[in-house]
Amino acid sequence: MQSLKQQWFGNIRGDILSGLVVALALIPEAIAFSIIAGVDPMVGLYASFTMAVTIAFAGGRPGMISAATGAMALVMMPLIRDYGLEYLFAATLLTGVIQIIFGVLKIAKLMKFIPNAVMIGFVNSLAILIFMAQVPHFIGISTMTYVFVGITLVLVYTLPRFIKVIPAPLIAIVALTIVAIFSGINLRTIGDLGTITQTLPTFMIPDVPFNLETFKIIFPFSISLAIVGLVESLLTAQIVDDMTGTESNKNQEARGQGIANIVTGFFGGMAGCAMIGQSVINVKSGGRGRLSTLIAGVFLMFLILVLGDLVVKIPMPVLVGIMIMVCIGTFDWTSFKYLVKAPRTDAIVMLTTVVIVVLTHDLSKGVIAGVILSAMFFVVKISSVKITEENNHYLVSGQLFFASTDSFVDYFKYNEIKSNSIQIDFSNSRIWDDSGVGALVKVEDLLKEKGIQVEVVGLDASSKKIISKLEGVSSSH
Amino acid sequence: MYKHILLAADGSENAVRAAKEVIEIATCVNDSIVEVVYVVDFDKSKSEVLHTSSSEARNLERRKKLSKIEQLLKESNVSYKVTFLHGAPGPEIVKYANDQKVELVVIGSRGLNGLQEMVLGSVSHKVMKRVNCPALIVK
Repeated sequence: MQSLKQQWFGNIRGDILSGLVVALALIPEAIAFSIIAGVDPMVGLYASFTMAVTIAFAGGRPGMISAATGAMALVMMPLIRDYGLEYLFAATLLTGVIQIIFGVLKIAKLMKFIPNAVMIGFVNSLAILIFMAQVPHFIGISTMTYVFVGITLVLVYTLPRFIKVIPAPLIAIVALTIVAIFSGINLRTIGDLGTITQTLPTFMIPDVPFNLETFKIIFPFSISLAIVGLVESLLTAQIVDDMTGTESNKNQEARGQGIANIVTGFFGGMAGCAMIGQSVINVKSGGRGRLSTLIAGVFLMFLILVLGDLVVKIPMPVLVGIMIMVCIGTFDWTSFKYLVKAPRTDAIVMLTTVVIVVLTHDLSKGVIAGVILSAMFFVVKISSVKITEENNHYLVSGQLFFASTDSFVDYFKYNEIKSNSIQIDFSNSRIWDDSGVGALVKVEDLLKEKGIQVEVVGLDASSKKIISKLEGVSSSH
Repeated sequence: MYKHILLAADGSENAVRAAKEVIEIATCVNDSIVEVVYVVDFDKSKSEVLHTSSSEARNLERRKKLSKIEQLLKESNVSYKVTFLHGAPGPEIVKYANDQKVELVVIGSRGLNGLQEMVLGSVSHKVMKRVNCPALIVK
């Protein structure tokens, strides 16, 4: 891995330029995610500022962008609806604490246990939910709303072909906001949904009673936020690793996410995490180092301080159009091919993850359900033991452990064995635990009763070891 | 003559045909080296990360795409090395070829993605326009 100096100043020019680009691309998303969460745009903007700045120092993946995200906004929405903003800040603090604990416990290793099917389900359900959150802002409002959404989409997809330096969403926002103001077309604006205050965030302690009651309210949300934040952050880190052909410290990233969320909670922001889309934009724009993330956060805050008055004039349909683009970019479009080609169990896991997230609006529930389901499929798959017979030579194929002993024992219990001397061959198998040894002993006893001589062959070293460990038991028959 | 030849490969049939031409040229020159360059496309990273279980598996997948070309080069006793670049295929090949002062760039006329070519123009076209050395586009 690179030295710290290299991580900060190894790519100054590229990092500054890409940081500016990302700041511009972040503003509409931070506002849109605030609206999804049901808070003032400032909460998302402050979060994006503090997340990006803190993670620039504390993160484990240089060049990755963290800010207010849709995945987190969806989880926190019911908390804000039922208990209000101060509880969100408290939950954000607790999320940070949990993430630091996860980081210290080296949670990144556990990420390996989240199968691909679940991760694909994660991004797809995220895209679906962000899209669903846009629907109330453009369906059945006015014809001009549809027109502006449509024009925005056309602009964001065609402009990048001609103008590469300035992000297309920004051009679309500026151009269409001007059109909307001067044409006098009646469109809802961001100002109708919240206010922008042109001040820096200030340190404050969440105004909640510090007691068990509060803890009980925020803990379930904080746990979900911590899981969702780490899943998306570590996925994003892998993508940035792959794009740049470099490695990163995932446990440091997990701790960094925790620190950033604590800072964010103290400065009036909503819990955030790494963003796939923005990180990809950053790398594509030439960003590689920590400096790019810092610049993105600082420049975003600067823009809000200077241009806050204008931000409230952005028409909602333009923001909706940009968010639809974000959904299209988030969705994994190869999933359809995957559903056809992948093993059936993987396809079921992916769909289950999506369905549970869409029903509960909580990505962490989908991830947990997906992991459990795929673990069950895995156990079923490896717990079947196949036995093939040839000339009184019984070849065992598969793993012999607590979940697979039944099929092994049943075979010898119910199949008729004609010879009075057989061989059981374990060269395609392995005995994992005392249940496996017990099953072998049971079969030996069973066959002995029938007057059949058994010879066990082909045991590998580790199987022999576990049998000898339990020698006392196996020699007692 | 061409001692340092860059062969742009993307796992397509055209790249294999290009490899055959490279062999024709390289076998005529003593101590020439062929550099097989594969660009890991920025736009595919997300989907490839989602669909593989580890970076080792991804590297193996990418390496497999070059196996046919590597085999051809080996059979013809051409000395070669494989280089992976990260970025947008066209510009990345051009940058690398110019930085490394490669003497000849060989590339298939069209790659895997027909639709993208219609919209954005082909990688081979971009490379041919901007590379500083001679370029051979193989049909």
